[in-house]
Amino acid sequence: MDYSTFRQFADSWGLVYLMVVFIAVVAFAFRPGARKMYEKIARVSLEED
Amino acid sequence: MATAAYSIVFGLLGLASLAAAANAHDSLFAFHAWLVAAACGAVIVYRLMTHRFAPRSQPDSGKYLDSVVRAGTIATLFWGIAGFAVGLVIALQLAFPALNLDWSFTNFGRLRPLHTSAVIFAFGGNALIATSFYSVQRTCQARLALGNTAWFVFWGYQLFIVLAATGYLMGVTQSKEYAEPEWYVDIWLTIVWVAYFAVFMGTLLKRNQPHIYVSNWFFLAFIVTIAMLHIVNNLAVPVSLLGSKSYSLFSGVQDALTQWWYGHNAVGFFLTAGFLGIMYYFMPKQVERPVYSYRLSIVHFWSLIFLYIWAGPHHLHYTALPDWAQTLGMVFSIMLWMPSWGGMINGLMTLSGAWDKLRTDPIVRMMVLAVAFYGMSTFEGPVMSIKAVNSLSHYTDWTIGHVHSGALGWVGMITFGAIYYMVPRLWNRERLYSLRLINWHFWLATLGIVVYASSMWVSGIMQGLMWREYDDQGFLVYSFAETVAAMHPFYVIRAVGGVLFLAGALVMVWNIYQTIAGRTRDEAPMGTPVPGTA
Repeated sequence: MDYSTFRQFADSWGLVYLMVVFIAVVAFAFRPGARKMYEKIARVSLEED
Repeated sequence: MATAAYSIVFGLLGLASLAAAANAHDSLFAFHAWLVAAACGAVIVYRLMTHRFAPRSQPDSGKYLDSVVRAGTIATLFWGIAGFAVGLVIALQLAFPALNLDWSFTNFGRLRPLHTSAVIFAFGGNALIATSFYSVQRTCQARLALGNTAWFVFWGYQLFIVLAATGYLMGVTQSKEYAEPEWYVDIWLTIVWVAYFAVFMGTLLKRNQPHIYVSNWFFLAFIVTIAMLHIVNNLAVPVSLLGSKSYSLFSGVQDALTQWWYGHNAVGFFLTAGFLGIMYYFMPKQVERPVYSYRLSIVHFWSLIFLYIWAGPHHLHYTALPDWAQTLGMVFSIMLWMPSWGGMINGLMTLSGAWDKLRTDPIVRMMVLAVAFYGMSTFEGPVMSIKAVNSLSHYTDWTIGHVHSGALGWVGMITFGAIYYMVPRLWNRERLYSLRLINWHFWLATLGIVVYASSMWVSGIMQGLMWREYDDQGFLVYSFAETVAAMHPFYVIRAVGGVLFLAGALVMVWNIYQTIAGRTRDEAPMGTPVPGTA
């Protein structure tokens, strides 16, 4: 793979990859039904020392 | 038995060090070998003394291993004062060059890495090790894994600091910013860091709590990424196996890019991700409210992890680095506004419904200021990474001001807040010696930071404008020496800011000392007028 092919791959498929990852992270974090669990985890730090 | 085993292992290590000192290729390496031998001797003497005369009455075997956190807290304070003081010295050297003393050991070029490493790695690093050990045990409801390995991490890290610091003073350096230590010190740090990772990961694995709290994600990302950055950037070939000099595996622009991939992620994962771990644990604890949005913290985490690693090329604008790589670094830096705002909103909004604590709790005040500076400096950073802005800001004092608003404002303040939180709990004290002294520390430090950052903005922008000023004939208007002379007043102002910040830190040391000694100051509670002044 020469320099320009590599570069082209990076700024097309690389961009798509990162975009998909970002959307997946947001979708995962805000998926319906997760609120209860996250509220529970948020309290972990406040539990008894 | 343990004493005998310790003595044999450290005796052999000490002898090996002595042999290395005797056959060293240069006197600098010999000095460091002597230092290691002395450290081994100190361990043996300590073991023998405590073994024969004063067996520890209460071995630390409670629910949590906190003795190492106590040691880390004291080391944080010690190195903090050392690092801030050296910073003040070199600030004064810039204003008054005679203070270089015409002596190689006190030369600005050698003291500057001493300052940066002392504040980032010695102060910041000890703070991170101590707070991560403190919070991972409590969020996992488990004692630190692997027995006394945490103590190896602590002492091993101090040895790394001493080797690095004495090396800088003697002129041992591989000339990579924030990665100055030479190959043998790098190898030692790698060993210590792997042990740190093992202790942290082991504690997560044996947790008595189904979930891994978000602060642990940030700490883990910090530990793993720093290991990767450290190893890759320090790939080098030593000239001699018993000598202090090595040459980087990379050369030219590849070396520069590797260095700034490392350098910027030292900022991103050491000074940001690690200290965000502190924020996500200690801020909710101090405010006594859960973090504002746990979902936002997940988005904050993953966007920070995915974006930061690409931002390094913005340190190499208008250099031999390919243009597209510079643009890539710039674009990813701008996208960092996303985690910046995510973290800032999450930190500040944790106070929603408890804003009155700002009036009565100076620790909360410190943490809020830290988050505000996190927001400000991570807003400023992306702006400075834009090529057009960078053409003015790069190589000027603006960069120095930016770094310090992040380091003093964000890293410093969140660390101070965490230490004030931990100390009464670690030493089983009812409360801190004095809340009003924290308030003094808060204002001294805040004023110091503001004076520092604003003088460096003015100085840096002036410097940048003077460098690019042409007359109508196309000649440069100012010589370099004229720009240096023009900056003198700002250098003096900056040093004043440093004095204020250092004074605040000394107030903290006094306060912590008194707290550990078990004293409480008789004073009017915060939020009420001091008797006799109203």
